[in-house]
Amino acid sequence: MTTMKEVPIGSTVTVKRINGDGALKRHIMDMGITKGVQIYVRKVAPLGDPVEITVRGYELSLRKAYAEMIEVD
Amino acid sequence: MSFTIALAGNPNCGKTTLFNALTGASQRVGNWPGVTIDKKVGRIKGTDARLVDLPGIYSLSPYSPEEIVSRNFIVDERPDAIINIIDATNLERNLFLTLQLIDMGTPMVIALNMMDEIEKRGDRIDVEGLSSALGVPVVPITASKKINIDSLVNRIIEVASRKQLPIHFDYDPSIEAAESAAEAALKGKVPDENIRFYSFKLLEDDPDVNRIAPGARASIQSAIDGLEKEYDDSSDSVIADSRYSKITEIVGKNCTRAPKDEKGTFSDRVDRIVTNRVLGIPIFVAIITLVYFIAMYDGDWGTSPGAWATGWLNDWFAEFGEGVREWCQENGVDPVVEGLLVDGIIGGVGSVLGFLPQMIVLFICMVILEEIGYMARVAFVMDRVFRHFNLSGKSFIPLLVGTGCGIPGIMSTRTIESESDRRITAMTVTFMPCGAKLPVIAAIAGAISGSWWIAVYAYFGGIVLVIISGIILKKFKRLAGTPTPFIMELPPYHAPQLFSSAKTVLDRAWAFVKKAGTIILLTAILIWFLSRFDLSLNYLDGDSLDDSILACIGSGLAYLFMPLGWGDSWELASASITGLIAKENLVSTLGVVLVGDGEAEVEAISEILAAMLSQSAILSFFTFNMFCAPCFAAIGAIHRELGNWKDTGLAVLYQCVLAYFVSAIVYVVYGTLVGDTIDWSSYVLAIIDAILLAIALVFKDPFKYFHRDTNGVKA
Repeated sequence: MTTMKEVPIGSTVTVKRINGDGALKRHIMDMGITKGVQIYVRKVAPLGDPVEITVRGYELSLRKAYAEMIEVD
Repeated sequence: MSFTIALAGNPNCGKTTLFNALTGASQRVGNWPGVTIDKKVGRIKGTDARLVDLPGIYSLSPYSPEEIVSRNFIVDERPDAIINIIDATNLERNLFLTLQLIDMGTPMVIALNMMDEIEKRGDRIDVEGLSSALGVPVVPITASKKINIDSLVNRIIEVASRKQLPIHFDYDPSIEAAESAAEAALKGKVPDENIRFYSFKLLEDDPDVNRIAPGARASIQSAIDGLEKEYDDSSDSVIADSRYSKITEIVGKNCTRAPKDEKGTFSDRVDRIVTNRVLGIPIFVAIITLVYFIAMYDGDWGTSPGAWATGWLNDWFAEFGEGVREWCQENGVDPVVEGLLVDGIIGGVGSVLGFLPQMIVLFICMVILEEIGYMARVAFVMDRVFRHFNLSGKSFIPLLVGTGCGIPGIMSTRTIESESDRRITAMTVTFMPCGAKLPVIAAIAGAISGSWWIAVYAYFGGIVLVIISGIILKKFKRLAGTPTPFIMELPPYHAPQLFSSAKTVLDRAWAFVKKAGTIILLTAILIWFLSRFDLSLNYLDGDSLDDSILACIGSGLAYLFMPLGWGDSWELASASITGLIAKENLVSTLGVVLVGDGEAEVEAISEILAAMLSQSAILSFFTFNMFCAPCFAAIGAIHRELGNWKDTGLAVLYQCVLAYFVSAIVYVVYGTLVGDTIDWSSYVLAIIDAILLAIALVFKDPFKYFHRDTNGVKA
């Protein structure tokens, strides 16, 4: 199982599943990270966390702790 | 009959600009009930329709206060129609909210914004196709250039008059089947109009629906199980996925994006530099240094515009006060009235209003940073550091602004998305030494030998208290509110909207002036009264405060400060009280009570202090006054952010108690270091305080006995 957290900068992945529950999972999905969507990992912040991703044509900043909840291919 | 129209949309989609374009100057800003989120209401120009600006939201989930407020408004207040503004350059994510609004069963029009940007990029959107796919009228607009606003107004009035509901479309048959089951289970428990919305929320296991209709979800468990089995995922994911799949289908059919430039858009190129791994932090430091030099700096290299203007206005108030005093004396005005006018009202309100120019300069800097999209990058760059103290990366800016003046600092917390981070930042900003505390620092530095470190101590101590408070207050749910996860959009960089920015700055400045005219005025008069009258209400002529009510209160309070080393004299306690008008007043009061002259040189005050108290007691007095309750103006600003006086009172009490504890510990530690004689009782108090602080810091839920309204109370 690979999660978003392990994806190297500059690569594009497809979302397989969102784990977890409640407000956090809901928020991740509301922002457009759902099954089958392509995510491009753009860069990491100067201090190493969070990461900036492109999803559905816009930029989103995501802490690595949350990225771990996102299973990807 | 006049209509009520709601304006809904994502953050960063031009909603404020559209609201301003639709309503012009006719706006009222208030708070939504129970939360500190701006509620703006205006009249749509050329009509008698009322426009209510809902908070910027991405979804109608029940987790953030913004979402709850929007949801409740649509369900409870039943607006006649909704304008859903969406960003045409970011269709997919914007439409996610649209699909939920459609289910609300309220007449609706979509304002497709930023069409100029679509043309510039060479993208194509089939507006008619989009409209028929969504079952909602779509009006293409460019809010920033006021293009097509008239047809939007005509359309929304028409839709509201005809009560034209969105024509809903179907998702996959198995999802529609589960939705029908949910409708049947909810029938009669939720308003009929919103039943499709609530049905989907029931399938999503929405806690709010489960509360309204307990047992409904259990009664359709077989339908949910079927759905989860078919899609091999939890039901909430299935609903979100199918909404986004529908969106992908609609956007695919009706929108063609021009091929992207190899180098990326302008915004991409800017962002590559600004949040670069190596350059990101130096650029951040450079930008905040620039803000500091524009608004606050006053030193060897000159005076910043902000500091200059504030100095000028302060001088003006002083001269104005003197002018009024002369006029009163020439015209034989009663000395009590003269004192009230000059020392009470002009002196008190003036010392606070004097900061207005600096505040406006700070507001302008903040609004520009927010508008161009840099503030979101600050959060991105600083998140790693601040999350450890339970604060947002964006908290850095209010704290920095707080070193100029706490009030704009507190007010600039509004840009922090998470309510919990916002409230905690608002409560801790005033630990930073502001401009008015600088004279106090100067007076104390003169009184402590080898005192180069006093200023450093004030700033460093402020930062430490912010960090400690971030950790402690997060556990105090009543004050901190609910935390929201940090998943933040990084909007494209763009030029600031001049009209909107200017309006925001003026609104904030006006809010401050109003506060100065009411609460600050009253408290200034009260403190003046306490210091100029004795207990039998005789007016005290001359400078001495010895017989004043303030002196009585001071000598009473002084007992509290005995263990801190400076409780033997009422003067110090009384001076701390006058510091509540503005911290710099502390110095002038010390001048009056110690030297006998309100205009006394700082050196004279320092000398007397040094002769009166031990070194460690001076440091303890200083520590308490740096970190205890801020001035009334700042307390007013905290009230605005916390929303009610009870929480504000608790926050100020927390600040005072923390300052007291820290002063007690500092007194004992520094006293031991320099060899001052300290009473055993001070040691006992300091140890108790240190233990209590450690418990608050380390234990998971140290405040459980305060949470009477939660079920945390267990014997």
